[in-house]
Amino acid sequence: MADIVIRNVRKSYGKTEVVHGVDLTFEAASFVVILGPSGCGKSTLLRMIAGLEEISSGEIAIAGRVVNKLEPRERGCAMVFQNYALYPHMSVAENIGYALKVAGVPKAERRARVEATATTVGLGDYLDRKPAQLSGGQRQRVAMARAIVREPKVFLFDEPLSNLDAKLRVQMRHEIRRLHQRLGTTSVFVTHDQIEAMTLADTLVVMNQGRVEQVGRPSEVYARPRTLFVAGFIGSPPMNTVPARITAPGVATTAAGWTIEFEAADFRAPFGTDVLVGIRPEHVRIVAHGGHDLPVEFTEEIGTGRLHHGHLAGVPFVVHEEAGPGEARPARLSVQLPASHVHLFDPETGLRLDAAPTGTATRALSAA
Amino acid sequence: MDKRVTFKSLWLAGALIAPQMLLVFVFFYWPASQAFYWAFTTQPPFGGVNEWVGLQNFREIFADRVYWNSVQVSVLFAVASTTLSIVMSLVLAVAVDRQLTGYRTYRFVLFWPYAIAAPAVGLAFRFIFAPQAGFMAALNDAFPGLWNPAVNGGHAMALIVFANSWKMVAYNFIFFLAGLQSIPRSLLEAAAMDGSSVVRRVFDIQLPLLAPTFFFLLVINITETFVDSFGIVDITTGGGPARATDLMVFKIYSDGFKALDYSMAAAQSIVLMTLVVCLTFIQFRFVERKIHYK
Repeated sequence: MADIVIRNVRKSYGKTEVVHGVDLTFEAASFVVILGPSGCGKSTLLRMIAGLEEISSGEIAIAGRVVNKLEPRERGCAMVFQNYALYPHMSVAENIGYALKVAGVPKAERRARVEATATTVGLGDYLDRKPAQLSGGQRQRVAMARAIVREPKVFLFDEPLSNLDAKLRVQMRHEIRRLHQRLGTTSVFVTHDQIEAMTLADTLVVMNQGRVEQVGRPSEVYARPRTLFVAGFIGSPPMNTVPARITAPGVATTAAGWTIEFEAADFRAPFGTDVLVGIRPEHVRIVAHGGHDLPVEFTEEIGTGRLHHGHLAGVPFVVHEEAGPGEARPARLSVQLPASHVHLFDPETGLRLDAAPTGTATRALSAA
Repeated sequence: MDKRVTFKSLWLAGALIAPQMLLVFVFFYWPASQAFYWAFTTQPPFGGVNEWVGLQNFREIFADRVYWNSVQVSVLFAVASTTLSIVMSLVLAVAVDRQLTGYRTYRFVLFWPYAIAAPAVGLAFRFIFAPQAGFMAALNDAFPGLWNPAVNGGHAMALIVFANSWKMVAYNFIFFLAGLQSIPRSLLEAAAMDGSSVVRRVFDIQLPLLAPTFFFLLVINITETFVDSFGIVDITTGGGPARATDLMVFKIYSDGFKALDYSMAAAQSIVLMTLVVCLTFIQFRFVERKIHYK
């Protein structure tokens, strides 16, 4: 079991800095997912942990040992690559056993371990095949087996599921989760897919443009996004964010005249402060009458319910309706925004305006 | 997938390939047919019509110890020069691929030798390795008798091997570098994660994946040593001393144009041509079709 501590790590290529001072602590045996759009520096961060990229400044420690100057092989990490990176000239068994061979494990033991590992990932019958003769899912399993067989201190996953089709992706996601529950090895998983991130993570790290936006349990990140970016990136469809102005204690009013109540007892802003009011489509309540009036432009059926699209104060506004007897294509809706689900953001900084954050969110704040 | 222009009129297509066909015919098929003609005939010593002798010319050259010497010398030259140039170019390509300091310059400069004609290479090496002047003279001064290709057959062979490999390194380097750069970087990273050192990665990952390039270059290099080494030998050693560097291609020249025995020279060139055709066949049949890893 190894924890990973990242202290003020930066990465620059020439004069361009791509990772701007990241501070993170991953507990031993946890499953950490780093989520972000492409180019946010998440893969670079992972590769710095692996030792494939030099750390421009700052420090990374694995199990209490600073690894900045260590070769990848001395860090005790195993990595699963996006394109699997299987050795095309070696059989499945040779691919899985390569690390053991390099480490000088005797042939008989090597064989036994390779076979045992191959069986656990369901590749027992494919040991003599070459990677070219395997399907995408099987290649993925070989890549996993190659990481597992070494019994590393840390697993690193670099978008390992993005080359698989949707069905296989879900299946492999479950297997990765099961694997982690069985082995309990500290894992860092990089992805741009929020579903993967939410479902796999013990700890979710959201990155954007080389900075950490938020760290927390997936449910926390979903419930209390720390920035506008996180609010828009997590959740599908993303959170509605509507410009408004504070008009009374606990009340914001939009340009369209909607008065929106929010719960933020500790939050005091002078009247007239501009804010962005956020509410998730699934938290908007549809009522028979007495709510705010929202003209519906079009409606999408998504099986579990419907998405009604409209505009509020000049910005798109989406309402998620649970499947039910409601009208399939209503022309207008009467909606209420429950105060407990209303988020406030500063339109200038994009930060959440809120009562004092708690728990891991504090760490996230200090991390930024 | 194949996009090609189809000419409806035959004469236009014919006119377009005619210049190329003419060149190939005049400079290849016609001389080759002449070689065949001479190889199976013999010229009367005082002129007159060539006399048909069948395979007698071939029987004679295969019975000739001097010819077998030249075969032996050629094979030695081919093996030594190919090994040296392939090993050297591989080392250089791996270094450039690892982007060691200055790799951009090397990548550019390393191709130059191939652009130099063989006789020019020969001339340069003749000066560099002259026993009485220049670099080797200084060594000879310190260790008398260390180097003299004019009298020592081994030295002479080493000289032409150096010269030829120096030229071929450039060519091989480009292919090896291209081959190395087509290996996905993530494979090397995966091997690094698996604990493999830089040198081990070269042997375990890069070299096996370069196998198709390697076989291709092997055939090209051997072919090159058989046919393109004439210029170097002619300028540096002239086949000597005591026929120590009397390569097949050089012997053809000296038998034909110095000794004026066209028939024997022609028979030898048919043998060499057959050899090169065989190598080319291997090249097309086995090397080109070899699976390239994706």
